[in-house]
Amino acid sequence: MSGALGKDLLGLEYLSADQIRRILDTAEPFKEISERAIKKVPVLRGKTIVNLFFEASTRTRISFEFAEKRLSADTVNVAASGSSVSKGETLVDTARNLEAMRIDMVVMRHMSSGAAKFLADRIESSVINAGDGKHEHPTQGLLDLLTIRDHRPIAGTKVCIVGDVLHSRVARSNIWGLLKLGAEVAVCGPRSLLPLGIEALGVRVFRRVEEAIAWADVLNVLRLQLERMEAGYIPSLREYYRVFGVTVERLAKAPRELLILHPGPMNRGVEIDSRVADGPHSVILHQVTNGVAVRMAVLYLLAGGNPDLAEAAKGGADR
Amino acid sequence: MPSSERQLLLDEGAIARTLDRMAQDILRQTPDPSRLVLIGVQRRGVELAARLARALAQTSGEEVPRGALDITLYRDDLEVVGPRPLVGPTHLPVALEGHHAWIVDDVLFSGRTVRAALDELADFGRPARIGLAVLVDRGGRELPIQADVVGERVATTPGDRVDVFVKELDGRDAVEVVRGGRGAP
Repeated sequence: MSGALGKDLLGLEYLSADQIRRILDTAEPFKEISERAIKKVPVLRGKTIVNLFFEASTRTRISFEFAEKRLSADTVNVAASGSSVSKGETLVDTARNLEAMRIDMVVMRHMSSGAAKFLADRIESSVINAGDGKHEHPTQGLLDLLTIRDHRPIAGTKVCIVGDVLHSRVARSNIWGLLKLGAEVAVCGPRSLLPLGIEALGVRVFRRVEEAIAWADVLNVLRLQLERMEAGYIPSLREYYRVFGVTVERLAKAPRELLILHPGPMNRGVEIDSRVADGPHSVILHQVTNGVAVRMAVLYLLAGGNPDLAEAAKGGADR
Repeated sequence: MPSSERQLLLDEGAIARTLDRMAQDILRQTPDPSRLVLIGVQRRGVELAARLARALAQTSGEEVPRGALDITLYRDDLEVVGPRPLVGPTHLPVALEGHHAWIVDDVLFSGRTVRAALDELADFGRPARIGLAVLVDRGGRELPIQADVVGERVATTPGDRVDVFVKELDGRDAVEVVRGGRGAP
C-alpha cells in the first residue's frame, strides 16, 4: 500500500512525501480524541510499548506516554539511570532482554546518532526514534509540520530554522520533512553553529537574523544549549541574544506576520524574547498539543497489520 | 472466476421514498422526539443521517441534532488487516445522557461495525436508548445484532457486494448489488 510505514520510524530522511502526508492526515482525527471526556480509544489494547530513554527528556517522554495510553497500549518506562544500563549493559542486550518479555514496540531516545537504526536492525519489535544524538527527532519534525499545516499549506512556505543547527536533530528532521513537502527552507545562526556545506541539502543560509525575518513565513527557533557556550561555540548568552535573539523589535520589522515555533524547552531571553514566546504569533503550545496527536498517528500506523493476513483479508467481506 | 454482475436495488426515487419511510419508523419508535439524536457512521451513514434529519424536521418541525462516528479505532481486526486510513472525524453534538440515539449506517452485514459503534458510543456517554437504522440489510450477521429500522432487505452471499452511492460523495444516488466472487451461485 502506498504510504505504509513499515516496521520502524527512524527519521524523516527515509520517508517519502506520501508517507509523511499519510502520518499528518492520520494525526488529524487523533486531535479530537484528546478533547473527549474519556480520552481513550481501544485500538492498541494488548500492545506493550517500552519507552527507553537514555537521555533526559520530559516533554517527549510524557507526550509519547500520553499517546500510548490514549490508544490503550500498556507502557513501561525505562530510564538509563537506575537501570541495568548504568551497570554497563549494552544497548542490544537491554533491548533483547525487554524483547524476551514479549513487547511490541520500543520508543528510544539515545545520545548517539544512529542508535535507533542500530537497534531496529537487531530486534523484531518496531522501533520509534525519539531522538538519536544529532541525527533525527522524527516525531518532533512531524509535529512541527502538522502545526505549520494547521495555519498554511506547507508547499511554498518559507521556513527558517534559527539557532544551533549544528547540534540539532530537530533541525535535521525539519529540513528533511519540509523539503519533501515542498517548503523553502533556510537556516540562520552563528557560523560556528551551522554545519559546513548545509547548502548542498537545498537550504538557504542567512548570517543575520534580520534577513531571515525579512524572508520567512515561519521561524522555528531552536533551543541554545548552555553547554555550547562553555564549549566555546559562542562568546556569551547575552551576546547571542543581542545578535540572534528573536525579539519583538526585530519581528516588528517583518514584512508579513510570522508564525513562531520552538521545540522547547525554551531559554527565555537567550534564543527567544519572552514577549515573542507568549505573543500572538507563537504556536509553541499548539506544537505540544499536536505532538500527542502525531505520536498517536505514528503508533497506530506502525501497530498490528500482518501483511500476509492483510492480503488474505482483502478478498473477504469488509463490513 | 464467475463474472460479476451489477444489479440496481434502489434508484434515486426509491432511496428518497425509503428514507422517508425510515424517518417515520424512527419517529414511531422514539417515545420523546425532542430527545432524538441521529449518529451517522462515517462515511455514507453520515450523509444518510443528514437526509433522515431533514425528513424528520419536515414532519415534526424540529431540528434534529446529528453526530458522526468514525469507528476505525474500535474495529476488532487491526491484527488482521492492519491500520486503515481514518476517514473522518467523530463529532457528537449533544451529551448523550437521556437521549434516544439512533445509529445510522448504509449497509448492515456482519454487525461488526455496529458492535464497534456501540463500544465507541459507550465511551461518550450513556444514552437512554440506542436504536439502529440501516438503509440496506444484506444478512450475513456474525454477531447477535439486528436493526430496528430497515430500508430494504436483500439476500446476498458472502462474495457479493452492496454498493451505496450518495450524491454528496459519489455524484448520484443508487444502491447496487454486485453478484460474484466467492460463494456465488
